[in-house]
Amino acid sequence: MRYKKYEPWLYLAPTLLALVLVFAYPVVRLVILSMQRRSKGEMIFVGLANYRSLFKDDVFLEAVGNNLYLLISVPIMVAVALILAIFLFERIKGWRFYQTTLFLPYLLPIVVVGLIFSYIFQLSGVLNEFLTLIGLERFALDWLGSTKLALPTVMFVVVWKEVGLGVVLFLARLMSVEEELFDAARIDGASWWEMQWYVTIPQLSTVIEFFTVISVITMLSWVFNYVYVMTAGGPGNSTMVTELYVYLQGFRYNQMNLAAATSVLILIVTIVLIFVQFRLREGEDGWEQI
Amino acid sequence: MSGSDRFFFWMGSSIRQLVVILATLLSLFPIYFMAVSAFKTKDEYIANKWGLPAAPILDNFATAFSGERFFIRFANSTILTVGSVLISLIIACLAAYAFARMEFPGKRALFNLLISLMVIPPVVLIVPLFVSMVQWKLVNTYQGVILIYTGLMLPFSTFLMTNFFRTIPREIIDAALIDGASNFGVFWRIMMPLSAPAVMTLVVVNALWVWNELLIALVFLQKDELKTLMVGIAAMRSRHYVDIPATMAGLLIATIPIVVLYMFGQRYFIRGLVSGAVK
Repeated sequence: MRYKKYEPWLYLAPTLLALVLVFAYPVVRLVILSMQRRSKGEMIFVGLANYRSLFKDDVFLEAVGNNLYLLISVPIMVAVALILAIFLFERIKGWRFYQTTLFLPYLLPIVVVGLIFSYIFQLSGVLNEFLTLIGLERFALDWLGSTKLALPTVMFVVVWKEVGLGVVLFLARLMSVEEELFDAARIDGASWWEMQWYVTIPQLSTVIEFFTVISVITMLSWVFNYVYVMTAGGPGNSTMVTELYVYLQGFRYNQMNLAAATSVLILIVTIVLIFVQFRLREGEDGWEQI
Repeated sequence: MSGSDRFFFWMGSSIRQLVVILATLLSLFPIYFMAVSAFKTKDEYIANKWGLPAAPILDNFATAFSGERFFIRFANSTILTVGSVLISLIIACLAAYAFARMEFPGKRALFNLLISLMVIPPVVLIVPLFVSMVQWKLVNTYQGVILIYTGLMLPFSTFLMTNFFRTIPREIIDAALIDGASNFGVFWRIMMPLSAPAVMTLVVVNALWVWNELLIALVFLQKDELKTLMVGIAAMRSRHYVDIPATMAGLLIATIPIVVLYMFGQRYFIRGLVSGAVK
């Protein structure tokens, strides 16, 4: 194919323009905003003062703590997705149907899911009615209304929705493993556990790693919708997360600069995680992957 | 197989079946709960929360349609979804053509950067974007939000299309070039028609994402007549009078386009997600 030197750039131009407008320029502006403060109607440079105030703000610290708490669910999600994918891969009856339904939650709008679950978990909701019916009134609790339970309850909903992605990813990878590998292990007399440990898990390692990194990023910076709809950060600040903190500071309390500083911190954590993901696949850059 | 072996095999497979069935029930219950509640009266919802409705009614749908400017919200969501999905599709395909078929300095670095952008959470961009959008007078406009959605969808879209374009055999392209096609002609008449499956994948994945998006819609479309369906739904919970069955009817209507899209494009959708993670 022959083309002039500038020609590729013509094809790239609209994409590059959009990326500059939506990513590059805003990131530069974000960093600047995070080091400014409004004083007498003017923006003045204050260095790292905004960051210092963040670390003195109990609400911010609680938000960070809650995001970290949500990380507990990552190993749970990986394990559950792994078990379900292996069972489906063993071609139990109706596996196709199960795959479709297990994936369905991942597609539903978080807003819809959050609202449905907030009715399910109401004090007089369907879950507590069910628990009472089977004689477990003791466990009929105020799931979203108590400071102790609200965060684990939100976490359950996140897992409920996101685990289907893991199942689909793992299953797709398993289906592309050569059948001979499993046959060879079987002929060598491997037990079910040995088979999973020596064949399935090593074969899945890159996908498991991918899903783990994605889930960590989800728990740290993609949970806004759940919290906004189910608890709005409450009761108290028991379900406050950094994203909600950004939203509230920036768009409710008119503290754009504090919101910007928080955003910078989230961005740094995300970049570190992306970097880790690239390093884990040392020697393979994105171009080779495809 | 001896008798006891067979017994253990049977045990193992029924445990598997049981685990999977429980997980499936757990996945479906909230959807079932939404669907049945939408057909109950308020009194029946209180008396019979999880059974099927004794006498299904449709009044809740009328209530949902009449309240909260439902049709306007539905139309807003549709405009944003169609607009941003189409625009991002076209410009991502153009960029992917350059990535897949041309050489230029910095290609690999740019491509790696693009992949990294896929996981940047939108929340870190809203503050500076809002400041800029105020200056550009794009707050409370469809164009502003379509620009943001387009930008956010581009990394994944370009990645997926580049991936697909590279699988199209060189011979087909060479043949077209010998027949006198221009480079753009190759793109438009050869690459695009051959890429229909990838385009489908992209449309399904991106449309679902835009339809379900909350944060950007919340921040950038604050005027009541511009609010999207998801923003409207998110506001339902905080209302004082809560008519749960009517809310459920609203949720059901908002979910139906997604379920239809999924049924229609399931294999494209799964292929799209898997392409990001599995070689």
